[in-house]
Amino acid sequence: MGKRQGLCSCGSRLVGMPLARPGESVQTSLDPQQQSSSEKRPDKSGPTTADQQRKASRHVWTHKSGSTAKSVQTSLDPQERRGLVAWGRLTPSERALIFASMDVPSLRVNFRDIALTDIDPTESLLRWLRRARLTGTKEGCGDGDCGACTVALVEHDTDGRAHYRAVNACLLPIGALAGREVVTVEGLADGEHLHPVQQALVDTAGSQCGYCTPGFVMSLFTGFYDGEFDDHVIDGNLCRCTGYQPIRKAAAALATQPRPMDRFSQALEAASVSPLVGPDWTPLARSGEERADKVRTHQEGFHLPTSVAAALALKSTHPEAAWIAGATDLGVALSRGQRVAPVLIALDRIAELHQLDIDDTHVRIGAGVPLSRLERELGGIFPALDQMLPWFAARQVKNRATLGGNLGSASPIGDLLPWLLAHDAVLGVRGPGGTRELPIDGYFLDYRKTALKPDELIVSVRVPRLHAIQAACKVCKRQTDDISIVAAVYALTLDDQRRVEHVRLAYGGVAAIPKRAVATEAFLLGRVLDGDTLGAACALLRDEFTPLDDHRGSADYRRALTASLFAKFVEELGR
Amino acid sequence: MKHESAVGHVTGRAVYTDEQREPVGLLRLYPVQAPHAHARIRAIDASAALALPGVHAVLTAADIPGDNNTGPILHDEPLIPADVVSHYGQAVAWVVARDNATARAAAQRVQVAYEPLPACLSVDQAIAENRFHMRPARVERGDVSAAMAGAAHRLSGEVRCGGQDHFYLETQASWAAIDGDGLVHVSASTQHPSETQAMVAHALGIPSNRVVCRCLRMGGGFGGKETQANTFAAVAALAALRTGHPVGIQLPRGLDMQLTGKRHPFLGRFEVGFDDHGRLLALDVDMVADGGWSCDLSPPVLMRAMVHVDNAYHCAHVRVIGRIAKTHLPSNTAFRGFGGPQGMLIGEEILDRIARHLRLPADQVRERNFYQPGQTPDRNTTHYGQPVVDNHIGALWTQLKRSSEFDRRRSQIDDFNAAHPNRKRGLAITPVKFGISFNKTEYNQAGALVLIYQDGSIQLNHGGTEMGQGLHTKMIGVAARTLGVAPTRIQIMTTSTDKVPNTSATAASSGSDLNGQAIKAACETLRARLAPVAAEMLGGAPEDLVFADDQVVLQASVGAGLSRDPEELATQGRSHKSRSHRSVGFAEVVKAAYNARISLSSTGYYRTPVIHWDAAAGKGHPFYYFAYGGAVCEVEVCGHTGVHQLRRVDLLHDVGDSLNEGIDRGQIEGGFVQGMGWLTCEELRFADTGRLLTDAPSTYKIPTVADVPVEFHVDLYRRTEAPSTDVIFGSKGVGEPPLMLALAVREALRDAVAAFGDAREVLLDSPATPEAIHRAIGRVCAKASL
Repeated sequence: MGKRQGLCSCGSRLVGMPLARPGESVQTSLDPQQQSSSEKRPDKSGPTTADQQRKASRHVWTHKSGSTAKSVQTSLDPQERRGLVAWGRLTPSERALIFASMDVPSLRVNFRDIALTDIDPTESLLRWLRRARLTGTKEGCGDGDCGACTVALVEHDTDGRAHYRAVNACLLPIGALAGREVVTVEGLADGEHLHPVQQALVDTAGSQCGYCTPGFVMSLFTGFYDGEFDDHVIDGNLCRCTGYQPIRKAAAALATQPRPMDRFSQALEAASVSPLVGPDWTPLARSGEERADKVRTHQEGFHLPTSVAAALALKSTHPEAAWIAGATDLGVALSRGQRVAPVLIALDRIAELHQLDIDDTHVRIGAGVPLSRLERELGGIFPALDQMLPWFAARQVKNRATLGGNLGSASPIGDLLPWLLAHDAVLGVRGPGGTRELPIDGYFLDYRKTALKPDELIVSVRVPRLHAIQAACKVCKRQTDDISIVAAVYALTLDDQRRVEHVRLAYGGVAAIPKRAVATEAFLLGRVLDGDTLGAACALLRDEFTPLDDHRGSADYRRALTASLFAKFVEELGR
Repeated sequence: MKHESAVGHVTGRAVYTDEQREPVGLLRLYPVQAPHAHARIRAIDASAALALPGVHAVLTAADIPGDNNTGPILHDEPLIPADVVSHYGQAVAWVVARDNATARAAAQRVQVAYEPLPACLSVDQAIAENRFHMRPARVERGDVSAAMAGAAHRLSGEVRCGGQDHFYLETQASWAAIDGDGLVHVSASTQHPSETQAMVAHALGIPSNRVVCRCLRMGGGFGGKETQANTFAAVAALAALRTGHPVGIQLPRGLDMQLTGKRHPFLGRFEVGFDDHGRLLALDVDMVADGGWSCDLSPPVLMRAMVHVDNAYHCAHVRVIGRIAKTHLPSNTAFRGFGGPQGMLIGEEILDRIARHLRLPADQVRERNFYQPGQTPDRNTTHYGQPVVDNHIGALWTQLKRSSEFDRRRSQIDDFNAAHPNRKRGLAITPVKFGISFNKTEYNQAGALVLIYQDGSIQLNHGGTEMGQGLHTKMIGVAARTLGVAPTRIQIMTTSTDKVPNTSATAASSGSDLNGQAIKAACETLRARLAPVAAEMLGGAPEDLVFADDQVVLQASVGAGLSRDPEELATQGRSHKSRSHRSVGFAEVVKAAYNARISLSSTGYYRTPVIHWDAAAGKGHPFYYFAYGGAVCEVEVCGHTGVHQLRRVDLLHDVGDSLNEGIDRGQIEGGFVQGMGWLTCEELRFADTGRLLTDAPSTYKIPTVADVPVEFHVDLYRRTEAPSTDVIFGSKGVGEPPLMLALAVREALRDAVAAFGDAREVLLDSPATPEAIHRAIGRVCAKASL
């Protein structure tokens, strides 16, 4: 073994982080006490003697429960290490070759690489961490709705820069994390020296019962290294004790501090130069198949293809497989212990799906682009999108959720779907028969049924840059991080007589599918948009759909909103 | 002083119940849930579940060796039902297995034959079917009928308020293990370890001295772990008994919400008589609380609602009748405020209706009705016969109106509303008067155990539990202040029934009052023992000693100028120490005391004086004192959608001489926001089957940071006169009262709704969700167009 597995550990050397402090015992369980002992500020020079070095770089992670507990030893000698200093200069394909020869994927947690041996790939990162006695990360709901399990995941933007992104550990299948890097609340303090984020929360009395606190710490931590301190950083974290004021004060205090050149900044710098994982690694694709009989659950495979072609090939081999993108929807089912599909094909390593192309007339959005990237990179292009995304979901969810996932799950209340309808977006889908374009109008067939064939994958969405007046509205019980009672996106062009030249009235939450109010659109087209027209249009809108009664809202309220949201839109045009 | 666990919280090192080091062989529990709200259990077949590898047992009622009951008041709450299912999702059996996944899978394989029975799923249905827990309760003063008949104006109406899930971030959790001597060790996330201990003992049929219940800390309680924790501790203990293994449980969120009780929804019907100025003359209120399937704590919750319907307002002739509906829903329980919020919501509804009916400003009508001391005839005695002790309502109100610029903003808002047809702003000010003490007089006692070791370090034990409210921090402060030592000298110990027995729940805003006094008593005992030792060391008299800043100082040597202010004292102590031998370190005194064979440990005990209550008559002096507060809230409502935004909050609250201002502010802000959630976005919805539809944070929405305005002012009220009561260091309980400050949000929303149309009556459902507000706007607009 040794050599190839050593490569796995060497990844950590590249950013100058010791795997463990010199002299640490060889048998190392992932344990908070021992963890904290390895949280020492990194010594750039690393261990000095070869002996220490071997000790330092060899660790074992033993699977705690289950009868098939296995351990995998990884080691690295100085010669190997020297040979890898040039790692960062390797091309992605060279790196891919090296990684492909590895048979033990690992996850870096708080600067330590943990071999992902004998895992159930659908187990959530949260449960995995807690079984490993990293219990600082809490389960408040297991549904991705409370933020208590927030951890920082290292992600690369298009510019190649690495960032810490807040994500819900409860929704992340551990199988999707091979080769990636996370920081948990246990990784922040340097011994007794608190991280500035932690100190700020102590100083402002930002914790009471403390159970939500690690999640807030990690959300603020990601904001701290991104220079973001407003409420959006923490609006995916529920606190039942403080009323949020002290946490807000902590964020404000952090905003006044310069970002330190600490080990986290250094780690991001290093990761920016040489990503720990490029979109060119498929460790679990193979190990998942090989180990199918050993996995404790019935998960037969968890694949991480790196190209659309590979993904489609997997799908044709495993027709029963489910696509899994950001796992913000399927992750809920997995977190609740439900079996989603015998085989999962994760899509988040496919570079093509991460492309975002902006030209003068259209924006082409890769199906796998996280929504928070749309928020950052498309600001100002689509006013309705700018309005909808802050309401769409909490930051942790937007950091994982994708447009492709939204379209794939085709929820009648998926808030971006009305936006796509209002813009006459066109889906680019690929299947065994090649690529085809699917206009969004006609894509939604029935409740969660679409025109997508089972063997097809949504690759991108082309959205025209409208010159129309656009607006998005969303009404929920709570105005952040809630599911719509009704969502609406409008696009309207008026001539100088206020005559309607073009109109799209798209809704979510009013029918079994996201839907346009086509009858009202037809009525409006060519008419002067005055008070009478508005009144008549609202009357039409009220009857255009037959929404449901449910725990979010009554059918009557939904009907009323269908009309009044349009009235509000028109009223605000006048301002 | 920061929260004692603050560093543990932010580093993730603070350990909660289910995060302790797992004992070898720890098993897990999962319930078999009934798919009916009301049904007879015909048969339970667990064979398929037991056949699954890793399953150790399936527990049913037949496995309970002791008393199958966890009812805290009535004997009506089986731990595991033997024959009848009483609410949808009720656990009829529990699987014990090697891990959660196995237990859950096995639970699905347990076959239960049910015979569905008709279910009662609403307060209205319970009233129609005359289904109530216990007999109606009554609190009455004066001649309501005559006063009503003679009143210039009369109004009658009805108001409902919804329940509320506690949504503590840490769900219910308990571990149990039985040691070699047969002692049952329970570690539970419980607000009431002594009751958990007793319930475990009852269920296992053993005396209480064979059960130890500990509570490390809770990730939130809010009343939801006052009685509700007992069930899970008892089931875990039963499982430990039946399997011989340690057993743990932490409920997944969905189960927690389905299985446990919540804040009681209330229906209030009233008739009120008043004069031209809006002054209350007669008040007749009939309230019905939805108790759920068992009695639990519903009677005292109802009683607290009945004795808080008056809030801060005097009325000479009052009749309040209360009943507890018996429905097939989860059994509702304690929740921060304990009925007070519901009673006060009804009271504030009545005041607002009077004001609008007379077209008078609501704030003026409220003000005119305040309890006032020193009036003839008396206007300072409640309808249950207790004087409003140390009444600061008027002064606090005046100060808050000024600091919040209420009058100026009132006219600004009127201007805004005139200019905006589809957006309206609302402004309201409401008071809070909340009685502090357990309604049940017996609970108003506490104990403490303080241990000093030879090196001068101290262990502090008391009967209260830490759920985030900062009780332990305050208690360390009380002990440090009483003994004159640095807080760092004191180690707070895990709450445990083998240290302090027969404790009361940490509830009723009384945790600091009760435990603080018990700790103070214990520390005073110890100080009295140490004083002669120190006096001998310093060559003075014990009565001339001052314990401060880790020193014992001979007062005579510092002279008459010795300050009572601890900080100043500390400075004096330090300077003194440096120049003479007339002071001695605390640790040296302790060591000398040990050498002199003086006991260095002591218990302390406290019972609240004065209070008494005659439940049958609905009369007495149930509260040692009152906490007062006031809130001003401003909202903006969108007429198209009913969506509102809270624009500004001003709170002024009375905590007496605060034990810890940082913690008290946290309680005020957090309580307000929790109350706001109850009144606005938190809505419990049940299906026609009785199944809870809103059993996850995706469907049950508690406030987020975005719901809290940036403009959020909190001030502590500074009283001008010394209190007539002797609460620990002059402080006041602060856990519950601020929750009711949020009633100002509801009244501000009503004010905004009124601006859309005919304002003479504004009916607003609670919670005031966007849909409820939209409906209310529809009503006032419909009336305006008539």
